[in-house]
Amino acid sequence: MKVGLLALQGAVGPHAEALRDLGATPVEVRTPEQLADVDALVVPGGESTTMSKLLDTSGLAGPLAERLAAGLPTFGTCAGMIVLARTVLDGRADQRSYDAIDVTVRRNAFGRQVDSFEADLDVAGLDEPFHAVFIRAPFVEEVGPGVEVLAAVDGHPVLCRQGPILVSAFHPELTSDRRLHAVFLTLIP
Amino acid sequence: MSETPSPSSSPASQTGTQLVKRGLAEMLKGGVIMDVVDPEQAKIAEDAGAVAVMALERVPSDIRRDGGVARMSDPEMIEGIKAVTTIPVMAKARIGHFVEAQILEALGVDYVDESEVLTPADEAHHIDKWAFTVPFVCGATNLGEALRRISEGACMIRSKGEAGTGNVVEAVRHLRSITGDIRKITQADGAELFEWAKRLQAPLPLVQEIHQTGKLPVPLFCAGGLAIPADAALAMQLGAEAVFVGSGIFKSDNPSARAKAIVEATTHFNDPAILAKVSRGLGAAMPGLEIGSLETTFAARGW
Repeated sequence: MKVGLLALQGAVGPHAEALRDLGATPVEVRTPEQLADVDALVVPGGESTTMSKLLDTSGLAGPLAERLAAGLPTFGTCAGMIVLARTVLDGRADQRSYDAIDVTVRRNAFGRQVDSFEADLDVAGLDEPFHAVFIRAPFVEEVGPGVEVLAAVDGHPVLCRQGPILVSAFHPELTSDRRLHAVFLTLIP
Repeated sequence: MSETPSPSSSPASQTGTQLVKRGLAEMLKGGVIMDVVDPEQAKIAEDAGAVAVMALERVPSDIRRDGGVARMSDPEMIEGIKAVTTIPVMAKARIGHFVEAQILEALGVDYVDESEVLTPADEAHHIDKWAFTVPFVCGATNLGEALRRISEGACMIRSKGEAGTGNVVEAVRHLRSITGDIRKITQADGAELFEWAKRLQAPLPLVQEIHQTGKLPVPLFCAGGLAIPADAALAMQLGAEAVFVGSGIFKSDNPSARAKAIVEATTHFNDPAILAKVSRGLGAAMPGLEIGSLETTFAARGW
């Protein structure tokens, strides 16, 4: 199974390692040709405004929108969650988001880097807590009717799923716990 | 402004951990961090797709030209830049000047650069970076220096290069020295690792870690003398994971176009066709300096 990793900018390497651990084949995606060839996609953490620009300049913006509309299974972490959201708050006016999941996300909602934290999270469907790393992290302010909230911090959703789209405000790729990547792989037909 | 929420789901919530500090460096990979001296430049940098800005009063080429003692920037200037950007803001403290670093942390900057571009405040000691919640990036010219900085708590290493020259040769030397020694250490046997630690004047456990993993324990970025998109791609192909561009952008003819081109070149560093496309028509780059003609080499600062 070829899982694309949007490699325009951000924490690509740790996701590749996680996917390999689970027997999937990560493929870096920087061009429309590379996107056409994958069965699923990970949009990693990084700087969402930078990714938005590079999606335009690389010619990926249109093809990505088409594949997401056609149901491409996609996992967005942190900046990736912002890229996949319906609405972005505290973003740039020209920032792209792809409306792949019906959530409203607030950028840097937990604060600046000095407020970044790690914590154990209770996650629906997992027996043991998941140790989650939040870095200048966003959270979800509003969810649409079709969205399942799988984990929250102080009442703010930080892990959500809708159909083949999984988004997290935190970074499962930065720890060795592969359970959320495994959940994502089950979304790929 | 609402209050920053704290996580409710665990008693074990922690800030300022190594994972969180190194984690931000992971998020900056593949990106360009740009030196800016005022809010207007910060907007240009963010518009161009910078992953972060480095707020400082003078870019390195001006520090080099003006001479005198270069210090931390005025907090008002840093606040002004924080106010107009949504991306991470970094700022520089002098080598060993832990009070400048305390002030930068209090200002809420996202990364502190303990930088040789400023005039060192301590001739023997770098800052004890473990004592801070804010993460630090430090420059290095070789692997020993990089590992000493990591042992002091640095969460990102950048080549020093020779800032403010527009000449990439020193950054190349530093990157090649660091990555070359890492490659050799992966091939060393157990006994040789002790000798490597001695030769590098670096802690043995870090040398052993490199032997196991084949990479630096923290992200390795490139800085110092990058001026054109091809310089950024060169650094990336040599093993840097992101780039800092200082004087190279705002001392060129068309900063906005050059900044965008360097962002694209850093992403597509392995694609010569795209590099050719983005390198076109950018106007004059910053004037460069021969390393041999310099009165002060910043890279020699740090111990």
